[in-house]
Amino acid sequence: MTGLRHRAWSAAGNRNTVAVVVLLVLALIYPTIVGSLQLVPVIGDFVPKTDSMVVMVVFTTMAIGLNMVVGYAGLLDLGYVAFYAVGAYTAGWFASQQFSQVSIDFGAAGIPDGLPGIHISMWLVLPVAGALTMLAGTAIGIPTLRLRGDYLAIVTLGFGEIVPQVVRNADNVYGFDLTHGTFGITPIDSLGFGAVGAALGLPESFRQSSDRAQWYFWFAVVILLITVFCSVRLRDSRLGRAWIAIREDETAAAAMGVPLMRTKTWAYAIGAFFGGVAGAFYASFKGGAFPADFYFNISVFLLCMVILGGVGSVWGVILGGMLLSYLNVEGLANIGSTIQATGLAFDPTKYQFGIYGSIIVLMMLFRPAGLIPERRHRVEMEEGVHDTPFYDVQREGTLTDRDGSDD
Amino acid sequence: MTDHLVEVTQLRKEFGGLVATNDIDFTVERGSIVSLIGPNGAGKTTFFNQLTGVYQPTSGSILFDGVEVVGMPPHAITALGIGRTFQNIRLFAQMTALENVLVGMHSCLHGGILGSIFRTPKVRREEAAAREKARELLVYSGLPKRHEEQAGSLPYGDQRRLEVARALATDPKLLLLDEPTAGMNPQETATFIAFVRRVRDEKQLTVLLIEHDMKVVMGVSERCTVLEYGEKIAEGTPAVIQSNERVIEAYLGKGAVG
Repeated sequence: MTGLRHRAWSAAGNRNTVAVVVLLVLALIYPTIVGSLQLVPVIGDFVPKTDSMVVMVVFTTMAIGLNMVVGYAGLLDLGYVAFYAVGAYTAGWFASQQFSQVSIDFGAAGIPDGLPGIHISMWLVLPVAGALTMLAGTAIGIPTLRLRGDYLAIVTLGFGEIVPQVVRNADNVYGFDLTHGTFGITPIDSLGFGAVGAALGLPESFRQSSDRAQWYFWFAVVILLITVFCSVRLRDSRLGRAWIAIREDETAAAAMGVPLMRTKTWAYAIGAFFGGVAGAFYASFKGGAFPADFYFNISVFLLCMVILGGVGSVWGVILGGMLLSYLNVEGLANIGSTIQATGLAFDPTKYQFGIYGSIIVLMMLFRPAGLIPERRHRVEMEEGVHDTPFYDVQREGTLTDRDGSDD
Repeated sequence: MTDHLVEVTQLRKEFGGLVATNDIDFTVERGSIVSLIGPNGAGKTTFFNQLTGVYQPTSGSILFDGVEVVGMPPHAITALGIGRTFQNIRLFAQMTALENVLVGMHSCLHGGILGSIFRTPKVRREEAAAREKARELLVYSGLPKRHEEQAGSLPYGDQRRLEVARALATDPKLLLLDEPTAGMNPQETATFIAFVRRVRDEKQLTVLLIEHDMKVVMGVSERCTVLEYGEKIAEGTPAVIQSNERVIEAYLGKGAVG
């Protein structure tokens, strides 16, 4: 029995490796073949541009980060957009003309000499943004993670609203312009291979090259892969087990020696890290960070990706993330133009939130564990769980003498 | 002088106006098997929950192996050496039996975040050793197979055994069992009693259990403490307890004596 299971798992492991290699090859050739794909009749209209693919992959990366918080540790976070904002603004601070009082250039790609502002190489800014967001996640986490369930969701929702408000209003902190208010910080430096890369025939700065989308797409995929790798490795580690234990039964986890606060804060901080990296990357791709990008709907949108794909399931979240962000970036518009070509005056982009809402409702009705359910949930759906032990009648009668459940 | 592993003094827990444990004094001798009995609602589980840090006592002190544990969080108390099971089984239902035991080892393992991501040789070794030890514990606790099955889909008796295995994985000095034989048939109960004795002897543990089944209480425990309405009404060897009038009264009502 045990042996069989093991073989099944390693087979799954091989399948995963094959899937990763196939996807990598597809990602590598996608920018080249996308032009021809778009010429294919009927489906060609629905093939996303490389530009859109960058956005899709970035949002999927954020969804994977959110999945560590919501899926693994079971902490409902409705303010994940705050981490995206911190990442984007870190990029704004360290790689733009925002602080024009100084002029620092540390390996930034494609900027003229003597340009005012701090210009650290975006390659360095990405991990720095991750680290700062991690700090922000810890700072938000320590006071809030004492709460459970719905209460936690409400407080994170609050933080998700506070961050964009702070960003919007921090253009005059005692005379100091931290965020440039509603105008946002722009332009943010591009990623690029710099002078060394230029000597090798690679683009010095992606933005100035004719293949901007292609390069950003490839590196977005690299970041996604790193995120997925860390996510899977952590899930299968001592820390990941503790997260899942907390999700399953907090009291029992504590009684087994799992420090609740520390473990939950780690989930929050690590989830925040990837949100921050993705946010900084996206800010560089778009060339700016604007407070209007960080509305509550982004948090919900990311959560929808996790739910649609399968809470806790990495492959599921990738699928859910790509699917929903595709619809958001251009899918609905593509569908709309197809419909309009038939003469019907119907524009689905106007109803996008109604459509996402309907998708989630339908999922909850017909496939509650997601498109690709987490292994654990799948077994639960197939075999059922014995969640009402018969001995429960012997439970001690008074409310106060119940077993540990103080919530 | 007797060596007390647990020394509880004047332990009091109030829930609003209700006194769940009323200034209880209580000691457990190292290496003994002690039962805590009493009618429903007597405060037994509340007592356990204070011992393990789930509840904070209103007042009083709990010395475990010479350390004051009142005010410590549950995970720290577990790390000190108190392992427990729950009255209404609280396994991590969607984790496998093996993973459940591995969670129990949490405070004995050290794999950090970067170590886990890169799977350094040290983390690999530790993880492999932990899995090996977890399998041994499962076998030891009477679960020779089905280690990769989800805990929630195991039969009831196996779930009880898994809870004990998980508690043993925390490497406890004191094992708290909250109604471990509830729902077991007489044969299973007899096996379990033998198992508790064996664990105590082989792992040099001290065992404190809450029990309703008098056969178990009389069969396994060396000392008994009886609670009623949050107060300790009797203490002693099972034989003494069995003939104690107040105990009989508490269980069967006034007039049952004589």
